[in-house]
Amino acid sequence: MKVEARLLIWLGVFIGIMGIVYGIWSKEWGGTAMLIGTAILGIFPGLYYRWWSKRMGDRPEDRDATMAEGAGRIDTFPGSSIWPFALGMGCWFLVLALVFGTWFVVIGLPLVIFAVSGATAESRRGGDASGH
Amino acid sequence: MVDTLQPTTEHAHDDGHDEHHGASGLLNWLTTTDHKIIGMNYTVTSVIMMLLGGAMAMLIRAQLTVPDGGLVSLAKYNELFTMHGSIMIYLFAGPFAFGGLANYMVPIQIGAPDMAFPRLNALSYWLYLTGSITMLLGFFTAGGAANFGWVGYAPLSNSLNAPGAGADLWVGALILTGFSAIFTGVNLVATIFYLRAPGMTMFRMPIFTWNMLVTGILILLAFPVLTAGLVMLYCDRHFGTHIYDANGGGSPVLWQHIFWFWGHPEVYILALPFFGMVTEIIPVFSKKPLFGYKGMVFATITIAALSTGVWAHHMFTTGVVLLPFFSFMTYLISIPTGMKFFNWIGSMWGGQVQFTSAMLFSIGFLLTFLIGGITGILLASPPLDFFTHDTYFVVAHFHSVVIALVIGAMAGIFYWYPKMTGRFLSERLGKIQFWLLFGGGLLFVMPGYLVGLRGMPRRMAVYIIDPTWQNLNIWSSVGGFLMGISMLIFAANALKTMKTPKTAGPNPWDGHTLEWFTTSPPPHHNFYSLPNIKSERPTWDYFHPDAPALTHDDHDPSHVPGAVKADAQ
Repeated sequence: MKVEARLLIWLGVFIGIMGIVYGIWSKEWGGTAMLIGTAILGIFPGLYYRWWSKRMGDRPEDRDATMAEGAGRIDTFPGSSIWPFALGMGCWFLVLALVFGTWFVVIGLPLVIFAVSGATAESRRGGDASGH
Repeated sequence: MVDTLQPTTEHAHDDGHDEHHGASGLLNWLTTTDHKIIGMNYTVTSVIMMLLGGAMAMLIRAQLTVPDGGLVSLAKYNELFTMHGSIMIYLFAGPFAFGGLANYMVPIQIGAPDMAFPRLNALSYWLYLTGSITMLLGFFTAGGAANFGWVGYAPLSNSLNAPGAGADLWVGALILTGFSAIFTGVNLVATIFYLRAPGMTMFRMPIFTWNMLVTGILILLAFPVLTAGLVMLYCDRHFGTHIYDANGGGSPVLWQHIFWFWGHPEVYILALPFFGMVTEIIPVFSKKPLFGYKGMVFATITIAALSTGVWAHHMFTTGVVLLPFFSFMTYLISIPTGMKFFNWIGSMWGGQVQFTSAMLFSIGFLLTFLIGGITGILLASPPLDFFTHDTYFVVAHFHSVVIALVIGAMAGIFYWYPKMTGRFLSERLGKIQFWLLFGGGLLFVMPGYLVGLRGMPRRMAVYIIDPTWQNLNIWSSVGGFLMGISMLIFAANALKTMKTPKTAGPNPWDGHTLEWFTTSPPPHHNFYSLPNIKSERPTWDYFHPDAPALTHDDHDPSHVPGAVKADAQ
């Protein structure tokens, strides 16, 4: 995880220095604010990964390792789920409400709430609604 | 023997690893969380978008074959160039690369069973699809589609100048596709950071995966800015705010700052995936390892870092930006980009180059992108930019770049089509398509440079009656039509191939990376087994156990390193 952390920190520091030079030189605050914000967006997660990399040491994917060293469960991957589709449709109706009128909210908002609730429940159960 | 084990994965609700368990057809499509199906969905949808955007380009070019063309009305022409640009940039180039091929290939290239967040991945696709439909809905509204250019400049995009629903649909579509891109960026970064196979260190990752990682990070840095800018634009249009309104104390130039703060990194969000694709293809068809692996990685990171500091070179003529800063930063980008070109040439140098369709498209990408890149360096000079701003010179410059991306997309499709479908595209049709697309692309852009230097402004449906201008426009249109024909040939090739048997096998190109170790198409969760990973070419190492493995410090295949790393030893 060290390389990942360095990548983000390096990007953030570079953009931060660029932001400081740009801000002092141009005195244009919109661009300066965006550059500094971008720098923080790189440095913060980078420091988080650095902290983690020190805590957990090298993983099998961070060093020379055989497949056997990584054997076992990788992660839990959700199977097929209707909730991303339902949430996508809900978001779509909410955006259409911005254009065609608030009555679209009547469809969109319940759909979003229903889909988020369904997806959360699905995760907690560790399976989909059909109980597989 | 080479150790080929695969870590087991756990399916949330199906221990049998059979994803579909009863769901089939439409229900399977609606509920899938498999990155390969989602990647295919993205690929097919984005190619359809490219064909739609291309059809609009054909209308535009037909209109410009005569100075006072009456094929479409002036108002409809504004809609056409706005939607052509919007579709190609927002709905084709980016989603094809980071939603389509990256979604499909990145997990496989790093030996992962899926993306890190499969349901978020599915949501990304649905937001992209609904965003695309939303933008196209503009054509069916009373006032027509958005008509202020793909950049949506204030005050042209305010409620006074663009009052119709088409403009709001454009804003809404970009909010949907913006979130879709952000979610994909999150997924790509998390997948690459957390789901690599044992031994797949960061500096053994395929260059395509490296480029997609950097693209994912750039998406996270750039897209939220655009989405925030669009929300403010919507507020200006409907809630009475004056953020971009000079009369109310706001600043129209602020929109340009925000838009291009997203827009220039976006150029590299579009380009880096295609850089990655050709970097995979060139060594495979040159029968050599990649020349300068680490140099390629650092060039990619440097391009990404610099791309955040060049946005206002699109705004030189506003008169309120710091010219030396943005000009210098823009010039700097040519250094890592040039480094990539030397490495691509170095990868071919002395190799046994096979001119397959994928390789031809890759070389075509290099040449076309080079033209776009060099004219970009010209435009980084403020005096030259003042002279050519908003002329066809600029149109020809960025079309050189985006046509290169289309050619690069074809390289990626021809290279990975056997992996995704188990079938080969016709090489003969591919080569015909290549020459039409490459030749047509050059014929399209070159007259554009010339007519631009003569002063022809962009986004105009009519122009002065001048034989030189008209001749150049006719040549440009002929080039555009040739490109259109090349796409029809591609469609015919794809349709014809659907009926052929699956003969590709797992590794038809003698590939280097892990996707060529699994079946074509890959099974659910991608692998039955994995080779040990000791270099950036694990599949090649596996199938060539007697060859000396390479370290990053030694890319000369004629030299046998002291410590031979192949497991078979």
